[in-house]
Amino acid sequence: MPQMTLVEAVRDALRLELRRDPRVMLLGLDIGRLGGVFRATDGLQAEFGAERVVDMPLAEAAIVGASIGLAVAGFVPVAEIQFLGFTHQAFHQIGPQVGRWRQRSRGRFSAPLVIRAPFGGGIRSPEFHSDAIEAQFVQTPGIKVVMPASPYDAKGLLLEAIRDPDPVLFCEPDRLYRLHRQEVPAGEYTIPFGQARTVREGDDVTLVAWSAAVELCERAAAQLDGEGIAATVLDLRTLVPLDVEGLVRAATRTGRVVVVHEAPLSAGFGAEVAATIQEEAFFALDGPVRRVAAWDAPYPSAALEASYLPTVARVVAAARAAVRS
Amino acid sequence: MTASPRRLAVLSMTGRLRRGQRPSLDDAQVREGLELMLLSRLFDARATTLQRLGRWGVHSPVEGQEAAVVGACLAVDPGRDWLVPQYREFPAYIHHGMPLAGIAAFFTGHPAQGRIPDGVRMLPIQVAIAAQLPHAAGLAWGLRRQGGGAVVLAYCGDGATSEGDFHEACNLAGRMQAPVVFLVQNNGWAISTPRSLQSATPSLALRALGYGFPGVRVDGNDLLAVHQATATAVARARAGEGPTLIEADTYRYSFHNTTDNPAAYADPVELAAARRQDPIERVRRYLTQRGAWDPAREAAVRERLTATLDAAVNAAARLPPPGPDECFDDIYARPPARLLRQRAGHGAPSEA
Repeated sequence: MPQMTLVEAVRDALRLELRRDPRVMLLGLDIGRLGGVFRATDGLQAEFGAERVVDMPLAEAAIVGASIGLAVAGFVPVAEIQFLGFTHQAFHQIGPQVGRWRQRSRGRFSAPLVIRAPFGGGIRSPEFHSDAIEAQFVQTPGIKVVMPASPYDAKGLLLEAIRDPDPVLFCEPDRLYRLHRQEVPAGEYTIPFGQARTVREGDDVTLVAWSAAVELCERAAAQLDGEGIAATVLDLRTLVPLDVEGLVRAATRTGRVVVVHEAPLSAGFGAEVAATIQEEAFFALDGPVRRVAAWDAPYPSAALEASYLPTVARVVAAARAAVRS
Repeated sequence: MTASPRRLAVLSMTGRLRRGQRPSLDDAQVREGLELMLLSRLFDARATTLQRLGRWGVHSPVEGQEAAVVGACLAVDPGRDWLVPQYREFPAYIHHGMPLAGIAAFFTGHPAQGRIPDGVRMLPIQVAIAAQLPHAAGLAWGLRRQGGGAVVLAYCGDGATSEGDFHEACNLAGRMQAPVVFLVQNNGWAISTPRSLQSATPSLALRALGYGFPGVRVDGNDLLAVHQATATAVARARAGEGPTLIEADTYRYSFHNTTDNPAAYADPVELAAARRQDPIERVRRYLTQRGAWDPAREAAVRERLTATLDAAVNAAARLPPPGPDECFDDIYARPPARLLRQRAGHGAPSEA
């Protein structure tokens, strides 16, 4: 089985879908001649042509809005927004337009499109490039929000996203793009949405995360292991749909939960996780659900990001406190 | 500063063809246009009354702009081309195949009954100003890729041209040589904001220059001028020559919508002048002079249209109220389990 990085797994999924389905087309900034700023689409324009792998004018709202029109014309658009933080300039086309497309037309039209967006901190990028704003899209019904954390998941979830009849926001953790290699099957496989992944099992505390924060929790769990604290790490994989059962099962197993995300604390998706657990499994808890998140501050300059993002030390401290409670 | 483009006009207010102009529609087609315009004005009056009675929702009348809407939609083929509305184009929806009963049902709060039927090539009305224009550009681009020569007619207003989506859509359409006609109804107003406060450009049609395609200006109260300009633009688009921007100068007689009060801002002198340019009266005079229209004929048409409208309004009034779970319909093809639980009557587990 081939070893792939996360960005190679993304590219592999895109290539397979372009080969399989002539309706699939990619559109975005710099995705053709350059192959994308992260090279996620490297070589795809050469293989599939400039009509199917399209270098777009620099206009995020038009990339998303045109994808709706292309879908009406019978295509399956996979749009790349260069960074999730640039969706600020397309938000009015994503939340209110893509999200409501099916319902506004009462099922006459659908938007079987994917919006891919690299995001997240830790790569010392300029302003807006690191914004973790995934929770904003959970508040816009009609869109599925997918947050892979590993090469295997990135490929399987992206294949699922392109084939899903609903619009999908597919957030790719740029910090993990080339961090690890993992065995990834060469052929097609899909991972269903709404099924959380147990990354590791332990009976003392449950760490809940998605995307790059999963990697952080894995490092925290390894450190906790050395202290004699056995942690379960649960990767939600998709925020919409949310695997409520899997979340409750993981919370109930240990009775102690820490949810970790790179987005700011207040009204981050961690709040939804905490609320869901206390509603569904209150009497199985040994203490409050704890949250480790970025501060309620705009994403800072590169020199400050290490103190802005959640750290292994903070996750470990929260887990220790949870176990003591 | 670039001069404002010459404004195409075909019909004088007395209903005569201007010097050197020939009609791009035959008399039967102009009659069809006039009937649509008459239906539109009847619908505006009815919808306004029903809104005042609390039976219908908010309505944005077309009144005064009928030629701008109808002249354009007569230039596209409902069997082949796509219509991308804003929301002030009622007669175009009818011409393109949208059933009157569905529109009436929509206004009574039955959006599901207002579904655009399969086969009607029209996108849903768009309340977010200019948000439909990137969709139109993408649709036209996709249709070009499909082959077949289909064209998109996208409507917006003068206010929409200030939006970023207008710019992004026009720029993309030009770049992709997308077969789309952007029809700007310049009715002088964005709610209370006059065209003069919208932009310093002497003509909205000039904007096209920056996108690399033609921009033309027409008398938007002249059915034949709007049709001629749109037909030319449609022919260009079909031939693979790309988009056209048309600015149709017209005037909104009435309120922005039924919640608005133009008495607070509109100039009665300006309005009276606009009413002297009435688009329906102009076509009526044109056809009458050609022996293709007379009061008896109009009376018969009005009677027929009123009966059609009555039937649609009454049918909508008889619909049972929508079920409380209708708000869950058609959000997703594959709804999340959590949503299905809410549909079954359960809020958050902590609610009860």
